[in-house]
Amino acid sequence: MVLFTRSSVSRRLAGSLVAGAFLAALALPGFAQAAPRTDLVLGMPVEPPGLDPTSAAPTVIGQVVWQNVFQGLTRIDRDGKVQPQLAKSWTISPDGLTYTFALQQGVKFHNGEAFDANTAKFALDAIRAPGSVNPQKALYAVIAEVTAPDPQTLVLTLSKSSGNLLFWLGQPAAVMVEPKSRDGLKSNPVGTGPFRFAAWRKGDRVELTRSPDYWDKARPVHLDKVTFRFIGDPQAAAAALRAGDVDAYPLLPAPELYGAFQKDKAFTAEPGLTEMKVVAGMNNAEKPFSDKRVRQALMMAVDRKLLIEGAYSGYGAPIGSHYTPNDPGYRDLTGVYPYDPKKAKALLAEAGYAKGLTFSFKSPQMAYATRTAEILQAMFAEVGVTMTIVPTEFPAKWVQEVMRDRKFDMTVIAHAEPMDIAIYANDPYYFGYKNPAFNDVVAKAAASTDEATRLKLYGEAQEILAEDVPALFLFVLPKLSVWRAKLTGFWKNEPVPSNDLTEVRWTE
Amino acid sequence: MLRYLLRRAAGFAATFLLISILVFCMMEIVPGDPASAMLGTSATPETLAALRAQMGLDAPAVLRYLRWLGGLVTGDMGVSYTYGVPVGGLILERLAVTLPLTGLAVLLAVGIALPLGVTAAARPGGVADGAATLYAQAGIAVPNFWIGLLLIMVVALGLGWLPAGGFPGWGVPGAGLRALLLPALALAIPQSAVLTRVTRASVVEVMNEDFVRTARAKGASVSRALWRHAVPNALVPVITMLGLQISFLIGGAVLVENVFTLPGMGRLAWQAMAQRDLIVIQNVVMVFATIVIVVNLGVDLLYTIVDPRLRRRA
Repeated sequence: MVLFTRSSVSRRLAGSLVAGAFLAALALPGFAQAAPRTDLVLGMPVEPPGLDPTSAAPTVIGQVVWQNVFQGLTRIDRDGKVQPQLAKSWTISPDGLTYTFALQQGVKFHNGEAFDANTAKFALDAIRAPGSVNPQKALYAVIAEVTAPDPQTLVLTLSKSSGNLLFWLGQPAAVMVEPKSRDGLKSNPVGTGPFRFAAWRKGDRVELTRSPDYWDKARPVHLDKVTFRFIGDPQAAAAALRAGDVDAYPLLPAPELYGAFQKDKAFTAEPGLTEMKVVAGMNNAEKPFSDKRVRQALMMAVDRKLLIEGAYSGYGAPIGSHYTPNDPGYRDLTGVYPYDPKKAKALLAEAGYAKGLTFSFKSPQMAYATRTAEILQAMFAEVGVTMTIVPTEFPAKWVQEVMRDRKFDMTVIAHAEPMDIAIYANDPYYFGYKNPAFNDVVAKAAASTDEATRLKLYGEAQEILAEDVPALFLFVLPKLSVWRAKLTGFWKNEPVPSNDLTEVRWTE
Repeated sequence: MLRYLLRRAAGFAATFLLISILVFCMMEIVPGDPASAMLGTSATPETLAALRAQMGLDAPAVLRYLRWLGGLVTGDMGVSYTYGVPVGGLILERLAVTLPLTGLAVLLAVGIALPLGVTAAARPGGVADGAATLYAQAGIAVPNFWIGLLLIMVVALGLGWLPAGGFPGWGVPGAGLRALLLPALALAIPQSAVLTRVTRASVVEVMNEDFVRTARAKGASVSRALWRHAVPNALVPVITMLGLQISFLIGGAVLVENVFTLPGMGRLAWQAMAQRDLIVIQNVVMVFATIVIVVNLGVDLLYTIVDPRLRRRA
């Protein structure tokens, strides 16, 4: 992008000024190398609506506060593995129904209140309470009872065994909150994390400062101040990076501008993967999608590689089921129904649609969704299928029409929650997919505490979905992060919606 | 004069009430409710019902309207669904960006248009007139957000003179103003183009009137006839146009605030709409409406100042 480079004249001028200043500094006695910066400005495309991850769903909430302000009993590390956090260790009873956690000692919330088993009980009970508005409440439904026999011990009794509980406890929705601060968390988050909330200029930025008495000495924090700036316009985002107003953009909203940053030595730009699975959900409860052959045919009509090229400038990975290559137990099932328009046409004919097929597609306004809709439309036309695109505003209208009223034929959305393959067993859910065999496998997988068995069962679940095609499995959104080259310690992938800044620092 | 003011106040109240009913009804019709927008794709119907109750959305519409109106009258705008903070404070923070931005844009627009329009009118058909006409045509044709992008690329990224976007707040002296300069210019250019045309036409018309000819006959120079006699008398249509434009400026601010990522009223309205933060949208619209009503009142008063003849009529 030529437009973004400063004129060579002013660059040369700046260069000579810098050189002059450098020589002058060298001439001074006792010149020492400047200490590395300890502040960071991070750009995000969307401002979170509130800062309490236990009361609203959007992943952007976690991307600001999870691990930075709020912490959980467990945490998910950069490889997607469960690690201890406020619970330093745990034991699971042989029947898998009782979890006994030993909690960290000497942990304080940012408002000075101590963290102990009673606070943990309060936080977990709040999620499960009858009037709870926790968006992920269902994940924690297996917890039947929480007790705190002593301040350092927390006991969870489950109604059935669960292999995923420790993973779910590491999610943003299950962070530990303190009773006195509970009601104000939306605008004044109080947690146990390395950074405390400092200021929120709505519409512009959230500022965090390093917590002076942070408990975890084993993972020292390097930054003193972190500013999250919200810049939605792709051009403005790139401009802010170039101008040095923003040091990092973990999710650049403009894939078409990403290549320029990859070539620029001032930045580190290595694409990773998020947990955002882009799937074109179909209304399996209604014709024509109640016929499995139609769904399979449409899957074969899609050239995923080409789709990714068009919708996301080639970044991202194709998927064959509702699982990402980040997830443990991932199976590459993109070959089950590979791109084959001839076969697709034949299968449609077999299903009674030899003369073609017409349906509507509710397309949210996000760039990836709009582009996906347009490309799918073209690919379907190749096999005689006419798809009408109906722009449907996200989230409000889309959630109501698709999720709640289930009035749609086909749609597309990126499912953000990690390891959420079990949504296909939810009833009611917008796919309208019903397969007792699938429900059985995911239930068994969820209940299994043996890692190998669980992953094998999840593998089977993936295979069932790949075969049944309740939704067209398209691709995983990439994590198009851009960081100033002198920054290290950031996550390449995003196994949890997060920007964990604990290890981020400037190298000089 | 008192009767005039009372009549204006009653008109103000009626307009306010009418707009409030209109806005509330529209928000009722808009599909998508705030609770589902907040809970996203994995909420259960049970959680949704709990949140709706918590937000007070389960009450009948009439009751919710009266609650809102009652609050408005007593200065309580309610609490934002998404931010969880009082809406009044939220709007004040945003007005602290949008009002200076539009104010600066008006100043710039007038500062460009007045000299340009008058100079063009001094010698119709001359070089200055040609230049002014060209400027006016180009300025009207080009949308303000595009000018904004261009300014970012040239002035902020190319020359590095001003920030590319964002707003540092009013705490740092000078920095706030510097951040508003480019967006204000982006807003001002199309407005100044319109104003240039109106000014030119108005001045040319007045210059042909008898009293200017009389002044010239009595020995006034061209520039004295122009500035002392013609311009003050040509201002009424210019002020009318300016009054109309302020509503457009506020609308244009929505786009320009997005391009420059300024936390102003426009971005607040935009975001609140996406999240269906109905209470915020309702109040933002009321504030916008109030501003427009007040500006119109101000324009009327300004007429009486520049044209004494109107004072007697009022």
